[in-house]
Amino acid sequence: MRRRLLLLGPALGWWAVFLVIPVSLVIAYSVFERGTYGGVVPTLTLDNFARAVDPLYLRVLLFSLRVAVLATVIALLIGYPAAYFIATLPRRWRTPVLVLVILPFWTSLLIRTYAWIVLLNREGLINRGLEALGLVGEPLPLLYNEFAIVLGLVYGYLPLMILPIYSSIERLHPELREASSDLGATPLRTFVRVTLPLTLPGIAAGCIFVFVPSLGSFIVPDLLGGGLAIMVGNLIQAQFLKARDWPFGAVLALILIALMGLLLFLQAWLLERDRRQAIDG
Amino acid sequence: MNGRNIGGAGRRAAVLLGALALVVGACGASASPTPEKPSGKIVVSNWDLYFPETLISDFTKETGVEVEWVKHTTNEDIMGKLDASNGSGFDIVFVSAQFAEALNNRGWAERLDRTKLANIGKLDPQADKLGYDPGNTFSIPYTWGTTGLCYRSDLVSFTPDSWNDLLDPPAELDKKITALATDRWLLLPALKALGYSANETDEAKLNEAKDLLISAKQRLLAYDDTTFYSKLVSGEALLVEAWDGWCNYGIAENPDIKFVVPSEGSDLWSDTMVILKSSTNKTAAYAFIDYILRPAVAKTVVDLTLYKVPNPEAMALVDAETLAAFPNLAMTGEELLKGEPLRDLGDAAPLWARIVAEITAGQ
Repeated sequence: MRRRLLLLGPALGWWAVFLVIPVSLVIAYSVFERGTYGGVVPTLTLDNFARAVDPLYLRVLLFSLRVAVLATVIALLIGYPAAYFIATLPRRWRTPVLVLVILPFWTSLLIRTYAWIVLLNREGLINRGLEALGLVGEPLPLLYNEFAIVLGLVYGYLPLMILPIYSSIERLHPELREASSDLGATPLRTFVRVTLPLTLPGIAAGCIFVFVPSLGSFIVPDLLGGGLAIMVGNLIQAQFLKARDWPFGAVLALILIALMGLLLFLQAWLLERDRRQAIDG
Repeated sequence: MNGRNIGGAGRRAAVLLGALALVVGACGASASPTPEKPSGKIVVSNWDLYFPETLISDFTKETGVEVEWVKHTTNEDIMGKLDASNGSGFDIVFVSAQFAEALNNRGWAERLDRTKLANIGKLDPQADKLGYDPGNTFSIPYTWGTTGLCYRSDLVSFTPDSWNDLLDPPAELDKKITALATDRWLLLPALKALGYSANETDEAKLNEAKDLLISAKQRLLAYDDTTFYSKLVSGEALLVEAWDGWCNYGIAENPDIKFVVPSEGSDLWSDTMVILKSSTNKTAAYAFIDYILRPAVAKTVVDLTLYKVPNPEAMALVDAETLAAFPNLAMTGEELLKGEPLRDLGDAAPLWARIVAEITAGQ
């Protein structure tokens, strides 16, 4: 018992200090009143929740969901083949290629996002290049729109899609695929019936890893969206910093947390069901 | 929390200066009651790149007071820190006027004793009339200026002079305009174009401004607080809403860039120095502010930031070449006071946040 506590202690402590306490504070703030010049007044109220039921905030939430789903789907379409390719490389090549995948994380996302501005703006490298090649007459509107936001999110979080998928493909025994093809399945059928179902946990993990930070992102819509569209993250940030309305910011944050919690629960439930079916079947 | 221990070098300098003061005192038996000698250490929070390179080291050399410069990125950043520490941890904070007002309303700002600021007379008399703190009772302005239009005179076919040039631009400017992203300045052009206050709290008037801004948004390239002047330099934007000093950064790279304050009027912004009540070394804090009020020191702030300082003698020291290159540096206190000083929004802040969300989420 004592050894278990010893082993689990650091993780539990971390969990308590960096998850339980902050989330409890957010919950507590959500039922308090805003102080005129900042901070909170500990008067209990449910007004903050009532204020959140508003078509304006629903519209922002729906836009955020659309952007996050788009980013996740595109990251999956790019990430799965990439992960598959890496997993089939000769063993000595895999580590260097994986290092290349995570290399961008060595630089701050903020700086890499600014780099996209340099590339995409009307006078930027891409437009200048296209014009020099005579491919376009007018510069393309590549920046300060939804396209740029989705691009920035896919770029930023793609490694988080590739890594879990890679590890699930790499763990797959080649014998399973061989057996499938020996039994007469075409490569496509083998992929759909064997490889894909068995790498589903990696896909699910990758999708969650991309979707969750995309939904809460506020730097990317600010910089690449030019502030012309806002996501939930911007809304929450504005409540805390601009309006000094911590209680309302806390309510919006709770809604986001609840939404993400629901998704994680759904993912766990689906995987569990899948696993049971696999065992029963 | 902040150990205010005197560092070795600091202490040596302090001892030396102390000895010097004794000698001077003995020789002169001079003027007025000897003010308390500053010593020890102060913690100052200011934006990055907002102190001239040698300001702190020169001050330390002269007084022996060690200055720890903590950098904040935004007003909101330092306000958040003060919220978390209940207004302690710093001796002096540099914040914009409306945030100084909030600091005072929370009871965290020290009521200033002007007799401890020998150079207070150097401050522009106009700077005593700012609505957020008449008479500068809890804040001393460090820099001040206004907001206007910054444009490429070589690429725009007319001379902009109205906020409507930004809100309802001719076709040549379509998607070649940026506006400031921070709520106070995001609403400023529409409020002024409609003849309302920059500190408007009336919901109907704010809604009117909102509608105007949602329609103006269709023509906007982006909301931009940080890179608008480089967009002008690259030609990506031709007309931008800009703070006077930041327009100067564009002018420095391209003299065809010009600044104008629209005819409908604008704001008056100022960045101020506030001593916190919780400061445990107020003598040194006063000495630091007094040092910055010296014209020769304040002049170096102008050289670095290309902002105006509320210190006529310091402005007079700025070399002719700089003044010629950046015409808006010549604006006097009287001219600046035609602008409306920004005030804290108090209970209207959530309404402003909602209006801004409606504008930025609006189609």
